[in-house]
Amino acid sequence: MTLLWTDALIFLLLLASVSIGFYLHDKPHIQRPLNKIARSNVGMVSLVVLLFFLLVGLLDSLHFKPKQEGSNEIISLLDYCATPLREQSEKTYSAPFATTLYSKEMIAKDGDRVWDYPRLVYGGKHLADPGKGKLGDILQKAGLGFLLGVAFFIVFLLLSAVISYLRYGATPAFFALRPVMLTLFTLIVISAIFSYLSLYYHVLGTDKVGEDVFYQAVKSIRTGLVIGTLTTLIMLPLAILFGILAGFFRGWVDDVIQYLYTTLNSIPGVLLIAASVLMVQVYMANHESAFTSVIVRADMRLLFLCMILGVTSWTGLCRLLRAETLKLREMEYVQAAYALGVKQHAILLRHILPNVMHIVLISVVLDFSSLVLAEAVLSYINIGVDPTTYSWGNMINGARLEMAREPVVWWSLSAAFVFMFALVLAANLFADVVQDAFDPRSAGNESFK
Amino acid sequence: MALNTENNTMTEPLLSVENLSVRFGRSQPVVDDISFTLYAGETFALVGESGSGKSITALSVLRLLPNNATLNAASISLQGENLLKLSELELCKIRGRRIGLIFQDPMSSLNPVMTIGDQVAEAVRQHFPLSNNGVQRRVLELLQQVELPEPQQRIKDFPHQLSGGQRQRVMIAIALAGKPDLLIADEPTTSLDVTIQAQILALLKSIQQQTGMALWLISHDLALVSTMADRVAVMQHGKIVESSSSSDLFTQAQHPYTRKLLAALPSMQSGLNRCPEEKPPLLQVDNFHCHYPIRKGLFKRIVGYVRAVDGVSLTIQQGKTLALVGESGCGKTTLGKGLLNLIPGSFGSVKIDGLDLDGLQGELLRRQRANIQIVFQDPFSSMNPRMLVGDIIAEGIGALHPDIDAVECKGRVRQLLQQVGLPEDAALRYPHEFSGGQRQRICIARALAVRPKLIVCDEPTSALDVSVQAQVIRLLKDLQKEQGISYLFITHDLAVVAEIADDVAVMYQGKIIEQGSVGQVLFKPQHAYTKKLISAVPVLKKEVA
Repeated sequence: MTLLWTDALIFLLLLASVSIGFYLHDKPHIQRPLNKIARSNVGMVSLVVLLFFLLVGLLDSLHFKPKQEGSNEIISLLDYCATPLREQSEKTYSAPFATTLYSKEMIAKDGDRVWDYPRLVYGGKHLADPGKGKLGDILQKAGLGFLLGVAFFIVFLLLSAVISYLRYGATPAFFALRPVMLTLFTLIVISAIFSYLSLYYHVLGTDKVGEDVFYQAVKSIRTGLVIGTLTTLIMLPLAILFGILAGFFRGWVDDVIQYLYTTLNSIPGVLLIAASVLMVQVYMANHESAFTSVIVRADMRLLFLCMILGVTSWTGLCRLLRAETLKLREMEYVQAAYALGVKQHAILLRHILPNVMHIVLISVVLDFSSLVLAEAVLSYINIGVDPTTYSWGNMINGARLEMAREPVVWWSLSAAFVFMFALVLAANLFADVVQDAFDPRSAGNESFK
Repeated sequence: MALNTENNTMTEPLLSVENLSVRFGRSQPVVDDISFTLYAGETFALVGESGSGKSITALSVLRLLPNNATLNAASISLQGENLLKLSELELCKIRGRRIGLIFQDPMSSLNPVMTIGDQVAEAVRQHFPLSNNGVQRRVLELLQQVELPEPQQRIKDFPHQLSGGQRQRVMIAIALAGKPDLLIADEPTTSLDVTIQAQILALLKSIQQQTGMALWLISHDLALVSTMADRVAVMQHGKIVESSSSSDLFTQAQHPYTRKLLAALPSMQSGLNRCPEEKPPLLQVDNFHCHYPIRKGLFKRIVGYVRAVDGVSLTIQQGKTLALVGESGCGKTTLGKGLLNLIPGSFGSVKIDGLDLDGLQGELLRRQRANIQIVFQDPFSSMNPRMLVGDIIAEGIGALHPDIDAVECKGRVRQLLQQVGLPEDAALRYPHEFSGGQRQRICIARALAVRPKLIVCDEPTSALDVSVQAQVIRLLKDLQKEQGISYLFITHDLAVVAEIADDVAVMYQGKIIEQGSVGQVLFKPQHAYTKKLISAVPVLKKEVA
């Protein structure tokens, strides 16, 4: 078991959210919005999708050293499950479900040298004659995968039914059960089909060095989640603390904080990011003994990228929060709290902070998507994540050249796009529902007569 | 068109509405099957509490309802022409031209980046094809008609350079631009001071006499309606429950709801029979000031002060109520908040129960906060929307009596809710689930929680309907009787003063110009301003008779 820095932070974050959830779950006024989320179809479906991504990300965050002589390699649990995918790489590009490479090569055939598409080493190697029966084979394998998925799903269904029977005596009625089950069914079946097929084919093709694109896209989930969550984790305390303090105390506190963020804002963010990434590279070069394996180095770079992205991106939210706090501090309930002798820090925590949280929530989700995209932009100028790290940004960056090829290599870009789209869309929809549910003034909370 | 109205006899109605119903979505109808008629040259008033559907009725006549509303009516006819059959384009020619409309809030009804001259001119051009000179002449004429002082100069002013009353005059000028046969005035004076209100009402009357147009007044204020209207219809829950001539309605109301409204109306007479019994003083304020600095320039140098409260002295007796009366901007709210030390820049001697509050700071100030509490005007912004009512009430207990444990605190909250007449389960609900009157009760409970000796009530009833206002005032009086609390009751409504106060102080431009017992100030006022204020209050006609 090896613990990388980002792994530790991810599990810390998970622990924190679980304990917050545990602390809040029996508070009656929190239960109501939570039940409202549980009843919302969109909310639960997007939550299931998010949790699925999260599960993959967590599987990919459990790192260990395989028992192999002489190797200094660190792999994750996900890598271990996907060993065939990881190791069966081709020579170069091949299209999804292809049995040959994407471009012609000189190959030796029956003693002759022929200019033709060479067969793949792994993709579809079980087929004797790929020209015939490929479609049938794919359909047959997909059907098998489907059955496998259904079996998994039934096992899962039985398990959850037993658990919910033991816990509640019956299925809880507030639950948006059918859409959740449908989503779960779809997710499980699709992943079963893909996994089963990927034993025999490269379902999303291979990239320039022959690596499986499906594997890359799945591995990128963790990078996306890390960049989205850890950056937010670094950015939020800065933005909330400075924004609220500036708005609440005004005077010289406000002047200092405003000065700080206007200064920071006028330095190009790319410059700071480039400087910090170079700095960490130099540091790692000087302390080579501490960073022996590639994955440790890549992880350090990812962590630093998150940090510097967080430090450069808090100003926008800070400004919003300052303005909102300026408005809130003049509200009559804040004055009433003063009149009741409530201390200033209690006013900040009880009256100001909860009333700016909706802004925080919205901007966090919007930032989450823009951060995943920012990673792509930074990879483009070589100051993003390490080139050895799998990320949608790196995939999209690579697609620059692939799109210029004739014929076009479209699968890397499409795979990155579909995965990123699913994650960001689910996050956006879920945030919408959460915000609605926690807004006490929104419709659906019947008035009290 | 103008000739047409004159030819009309009283038998043919100007506007008649038959079986009008309006509903939003699939909910209960907001306006429920109402019919009424309006004759040329008369003043018709639609009276009701907030949410009774009176504004929606007016908007549905002009078909200005929001998109999700559905309108059903047998007919809405203007001088025999059925408005329901007109297309949107044809109706546009009626809006403003034959039916003018004035809204409540003159702040948001005028465009802040256009001069008032341009805004009136826009309305004139809309209805009459005049030359530029003609338009200018007509604008000036209109501004003279609404008695805007110095219309020649004012024509180039922007809305923010005008006072509230002047803005409402401009709004009336815009409504009159089309020479309408009918003017709908939707709460035209609700956001104005009482002296300005009297001026605007007098103006509306005189314009009506000049032009012979009909006036449809929509109001919640029965006293105001009784001085203005020829005929009155009372609305409740979207229905017209009673409709008769003004003199009949106010002397012999038939419907129980009308009677309830009339009974809830605070009356000036009630101030007469209060016994002026001397009690020891609780709060003594001497030479109190609140000055706001005016800062200018790069280094925000202080160049002067706004003297919002300028040398006020007053005394409140134990278990009694002092009403602080004045028009908006006179500094009464500033004084109230200044007494609680909520405003920086206030100074002067404040003694409560012998304890000198002046100059207290930090922890010392915080500890004595329990003595004076405050109830605010706006029941919507005075409670944190994200806190439970129970937590809101318990907040002061937690801050000032940290020794009280959670169980006892819960018991106190339950008891307080009961005292202000709310159910126990209210503690686990959010403020937005309550009506305005209920929220004000919660605010009172919050103030009571720390057992104050004095509560500053800053217009606690002016955002409430008249029947709810009566309930809240009764609650305040009951609490005073039970617990011997004193009130500093800040208000602009002299009738409420008569209901609740023992003593009155009249404030004008940061100074107190007259104070004394209720009977003395309200019925034998000495100062010219007090006299003007009292004479401007609309009084129910039957009382005068």
